[in-house]
Amino acid sequence: MRFAVIVFPGSNCDVDMFHAIKDELGAEAKYVWHTEGSLEGYDGILLPGGFSYGDYLRSGAIARFSNVMNEVVKAAEAGKPVLGVCNGFQILLEAGLLPGAMRRNQNLKFMCRTVQLKVENADTLFTGAYQEGEIIQIPIAHGEGNYYCDEETLAKLKENKQIAFTYHGENPNGSLADIAGITNEKGNVLGMMPHPERAVDILLGSADGLRLFQSIVKHWRESHVVNA
Amino acid sequence: MYKVKVYVTLRESVLDPQGTAVKGSLHSLSYGEVQDVRIGKYLELTIGKSNRNLDGLVREMCERLLANTVIEDYRYEVEEVVAQ
Repeated sequence: MRFAVIVFPGSNCDVDMFHAIKDELGAEAKYVWHTEGSLEGYDGILLPGGFSYGDYLRSGAIARFSNVMNEVVKAAEAGKPVLGVCNGFQILLEAGLLPGAMRRNQNLKFMCRTVQLKVENADTLFTGAYQEGEIIQIPIAHGEGNYYCDEETLAKLKENKQIAFTYHGENPNGSLADIAGITNEKGNVLGMMPHPERAVDILLGSADGLRLFQSIVKHWRESHVVNA
Repeated sequence: MYKVKVYVTLRESVLDPQGTAVKGSLHSLSYGEVQDVRIGKYLELTIGKSNRNLDGLVREMCERLLANTVIEDYRYEVEEVVAQ
């Protein structure tokens, strides 16, 4: 399975993401610059964290109009797995691939530490290797992760089981319904504020994030290698 | 040429953590009269003459990029600038 790690001006978790895929997961990864006009040949798309375009105007607002984003939209429509972490999540929201928007953290602070997440839905291509209701340790690092959507959208998210992860124990940013990560209706696009790519080895404090990437690969193998 | 002043503010239904912090600070400076503070953005666009409808153009720019209408409202004022 080949992953594209999309790099915007101001991305800063791209190297961590690349390392997680290549060295820890053992899959293929390539950096793809935001000006690229094609994502052909990639089976999974990863939008890493950072501060694309310096977070000017709003987080992700400018990056979402990059050339490569047209291709990300196409990949999402084609059913390929698309994962946006932190700023990547914000970009997916701005692009309309996921519903809702981010506000400044409730306490106005940049929060940077490991938090507990609850796996709300283990029946997605991103979470198959977890148990439903399992508590995992994943670091967060953001100033704008206070998720918001209107009541109607929240009801839909719940009804379609689109809430993949919630914050457990305490809500670090004020996020609506403790939301830490959501998928689209089809389930092939996941956006999450916590950084699974920073939790891929016990040396880093937690390896709970690795299973997210393993889930993607397992799902891909099952759906592609059946007829091999 | 036109000068367009765009104001982007959080929707009323959306809590404004920055505004709440500033209100608290004003209260602690003994401006107890302050009932609410909302923080927004102010943008000034200088727009050259074109065949396209100015209102339509500004609205389109606001909807697509300048405001995120999930959480923000926008309004704008247009001033015609006479070349000197």
